[in-house]
Amino acid sequence: MMIIEGKMRAIYNKIWRVSGNVIMVQAEGVGYGELAMISAPGVSTLAEVIKIEKDRIFLQVFGGSSGISTGSEIRFLGHGLRVAFSENLLGRIFNGIGESRDKGPEFTDNLIEISSEPVNPARRVIPHRMIHTGIPMIDLFNSLVESQKISIFTTAGEPYNALLARVALQAKVDIILLGGMGVRFDDYLFLKNALEEGGALAKSILFIHTAADPVAECLMVPDLCLTVAERFALEGKKVLVLLTDMTNFCDALKEIAISMEQVPANRGYPGDLYSQLAARYEKAVDFEEAGSVTILSVTTMPGNDVTHPVPDNTGYITEGQYYLNNGRIEPFGSLSRLKQLVNKDSREDHRAIMDCLVHLYADYQETMEKKAMGFRMSAWDNKLLDYGAAFERELLDLTVNIPLSAALDRSWQILAACFKPEETGLHSELLAKFWPRDNEKSKADQDRA
Amino acid sequence: MAANGIIYGINKNMITVEFSGDIRQNEVAHVILGDQRLKSEVVRISGNLADLQVFEDTKGLRSGDKVEFSGELLTVQLGPGLLGQLFDGLQNPLHKLAEHYGQFLKRGKTVEALPAEQLWQFSPVVESGAMVRAGDSLGTVPEALFEHRIMVPFGMEGNYEVVEIAAAAEYRVDDKIAVIKDGRGKLWPLRMNFFWPIRKPVNIYQERLSPVEPLITQIRIIDTMFPVAKGGTFCIPGPFGAGKTVLQQLTSRNAQVDIVIIAACGERAGEVVETIRQFPQITDPLTGRSLMERTIIVGNTSSMPVAARESSVYTAVSMGEYYRQMGLDVLLLADSTSRWAQAMRERSGRLEEIPGEEAFPAYLESIIASFYERAGLVRLRDGHVGSVTIGGTVSPAGGNFDEPVTQATLKVVGAFHGLSRERSDARHYPAIDPLTSWSRYQSFIGSEQREMIIKLLSRANEIEQMMKVVGEEGTSNADFIIYLKGLFFDSVFLQQNGFDPVDGVTSKERQLHIFALLEKIITSFYPFNNKDEARAFFQKLRLLFLNLNGAAWGTAEFTRHEEDLVRLLNKSSQSVDDESGIPARQAFMEQNMDSTFTRAKNTRTVKDGLPLHHDDYRGEDAGDLQ
Repeated sequence: MMIIEGKMRAIYNKIWRVSGNVIMVQAEGVGYGELAMISAPGVSTLAEVIKIEKDRIFLQVFGGSSGISTGSEIRFLGHGLRVAFSENLLGRIFNGIGESRDKGPEFTDNLIEISSEPVNPARRVIPHRMIHTGIPMIDLFNSLVESQKISIFTTAGEPYNALLARVALQAKVDIILLGGMGVRFDDYLFLKNALEEGGALAKSILFIHTAADPVAECLMVPDLCLTVAERFALEGKKVLVLLTDMTNFCDALKEIAISMEQVPANRGYPGDLYSQLAARYEKAVDFEEAGSVTILSVTTMPGNDVTHPVPDNTGYITEGQYYLNNGRIEPFGSLSRLKQLVNKDSREDHRAIMDCLVHLYADYQETMEKKAMGFRMSAWDNKLLDYGAAFERELLDLTVNIPLSAALDRSWQILAACFKPEETGLHSELLAKFWPRDNEKSKADQDRA
Repeated sequence: MAANGIIYGINKNMITVEFSGDIRQNEVAHVILGDQRLKSEVVRISGNLADLQVFEDTKGLRSGDKVEFSGELLTVQLGPGLLGQLFDGLQNPLHKLAEHYGQFLKRGKTVEALPAEQLWQFSPVVESGAMVRAGDSLGTVPEALFEHRIMVPFGMEGNYEVVEIAAAAEYRVDDKIAVIKDGRGKLWPLRMNFFWPIRKPVNIYQERLSPVEPLITQIRIIDTMFPVAKGGTFCIPGPFGAGKTVLQQLTSRNAQVDIVIIAACGERAGEVVETIRQFPQITDPLTGRSLMERTIIVGNTSSMPVAARESSVYTAVSMGEYYRQMGLDVLLLADSTSRWAQAMRERSGRLEEIPGEEAFPAYLESIIASFYERAGLVRLRDGHVGSVTIGGTVSPAGGNFDEPVTQATLKVVGAFHGLSRERSDARHYPAIDPLTSWSRYQSFIGSEQREMIIKLLSRANEIEQMMKVVGEEGTSNADFIIYLKGLFFDSVFLQQNGFDPVDGVTSKERQLHIFALLEKIITSFYPFNNKDEARAFFQKLRLLFLNLNGAAWGTAEFTRHEEDLVRLLNKSSQSVDDESGIPARQAFMEQNMDSTFTRAKNTRTVKDGLPLHHDDYRGEDAGDLQ
């Protein structure tokens, strides 16, 4: 017996079952969700209570069950996972269970438990501040809004971490939390260096679980990030949480569920996948009279299949998604559900021109199909072809880095160079106000040339 | 005598309790954790062990913790003061919770649903000695726009005599306003509120009627093409991002009904926030009052406890039935029924029941059916008519409508508004796909016109598909014009900008008016020489029509735009109204628009005017069946 924090806690050393990363031990007076430390020669790992059956306690072992013996010591800690919260966290890098990864000091004061209480909807406010990123495909077409939760849907090999880093550096926020789940080590270094070189590391906190770490450790990454983010938001800070890659988190959930012999719902994933994801993403919030938490995550789609359970459930929870495909954000499918809340106040032509550009780009793609099949191009088709090329070159390309107002002006110039006003389907009043005059138009043509 | 028990096992929000004494299925129990009392519900009993779903986070519970059974089923409180409120799935008013406990929803904290201190001006409508039954009015209080009836509690069986009735004055919801006596002489004191078990339909009415009167949503594609009837049911399945929630929000805002109940079931909290922050500022043009005054929100959003999500739709529909008993038209919007079904799946999984398709429980279909069956148009015992209309969104996994929840829902609803990814990707909102959607209810336009439009759209779609293969040059001018007409009708009528204050809300009169105009455009002949000329004409016509859509109804601007449009139309078309046009029109209808895309099944049911919703056949005795 030993004493921790004034309480008598027993040490147990009879493990009855080891199956996957789940072990079963006989113990009494253990609370649901409580942590335990498992120690055996050469092994020391945390575990969490995930099921109780009378005196049989089932634990999920974060460090993996490999090497655990039936005689290992199990010490219950009397609390769930906690994280030290203070300004000192800024600029620091931790692993998936909150231990230092950068050889800095460990914190033991002001420990807070992982928060599980949902925010009362009555105390949320309607998001209304746009986060400018300088990427037209985001700012113009699918504006990112403070307190939004949105995911980048992509596939392995796409430059999603580069996109995350760019948003992190260009967005005007107070604090950045970066959660890595199953990231490759060189990706981790890339993200860290990008933040460092951009001068943002000092306002960032990183919880990184790399692909080399035990799988179960990645389960805590979103909770750690979001608990810390929520605390900073309550202190009035604008926090941006970046999570990459949530598919690895879901796969870890699947693994535990299977070890627990749960009935799988879709493709082996547990039936509560939606609720599990929602509990994390719903931490995005704009507090009345305090700060906000915005979540931008990465979801890699196995086989680029959006109907896979992970992107599918994510899509229903997040407020939109950016499809990152072939190195660019697709104009179709990408959607920011909150954009209506901010693009009405940016500039009066914002919404109309956004819809118009996409409509025409859709027509362009149809024309491309026809062209590929060898059909004769009509006069209209040729206009669309010109337009499509200009659109891709001057707005769609991810290297374009211009503020929103410049992107709007550029849109009008593209339209004027390719179409007659009535062909755009835009409202007459807007056309009268914004359609570039001939001299401006030719000037724009020269500029582009 | 209520039973007691201790916790035997814990698995997420499901606990197993070893109990002694008698307990009931679906009875409410409380887990005692220090000074917290966590509400839970019995879902399975086996021997001296019962499985309970806990409506709260179970963190920190231990084997051996005490559980107290209440002997009562899960109920809602019914009385004046429900309107304008925001509740969680167990009818805790969230604004009150925020006042008491701050930003977060603390575990085990509850507040009474109705404002206890508020005074209501009661006017009795019965006198001592009158005979009353469950659901009969004892008096009324004004609530928002309505005469809120104070009724004999729905659960009271048999006939009662009024012994005492309060005089006209102000009372609180818990004040005694009447005493009634049953046949054996037992006295029952009554207050202005009572409790009703949420899982039980309220069926005290004279007869159930066939839903025939259209419910005007002011969304053109719904009202004209795929209408909803008062007392009917409809569902909106669609992949994520297709605009289900925006459509629900627009409906909740613009539908012409007395009361709207929004069950935000397992969806994003942000959506509830938009409603609760915006509705108080919006004036309902029909009544001149704030929209919030006719709205109740049951918000059990996705990060709130899953078990309460399962019960939230029943909480919502019970409140709907209560207001229906006052002769009001209630619209219940459930977003999303898939989350509700998933909550059942989670529970079923933890009970280790044998799973059905996609691990949903085998009883999924019957539960969905019995939920939608709580909709209906009824004649009350006093001759008034009231209705509950239920519209549910479905979020099919992978956007595939073949999954169990969509299929189970399609079997029991009267209208299907299927959203398509293609339409939403092309920004064609609302993204209801006119080629797959259907409705078994009557629209305010004739069924022949509906049929004609559906034929036009199907044919235009066919031509479009064909053109992808044979190209424009391989398409005849006549076909090409039909294609352009279909495209035109789609873009100026079916598509509607929900964020535009004028275009977003189209009244029935306006729909009839512009539909007549469109009918003329569609049935006119255009002697164009080539395709570019045809395309240019329709592009121009579209621009003029969009101007028209943007002009407020009944203004000079509207008339001016309409005149511009008619002028252009007359210049380019040969009307089919003159005599030479009649055979041409017939040829147009019969040959060009005869689509191989079969719509026969749906158009036929529309034409006959007989809704084929299976429960409608039950007609008069529906009440007794339940």
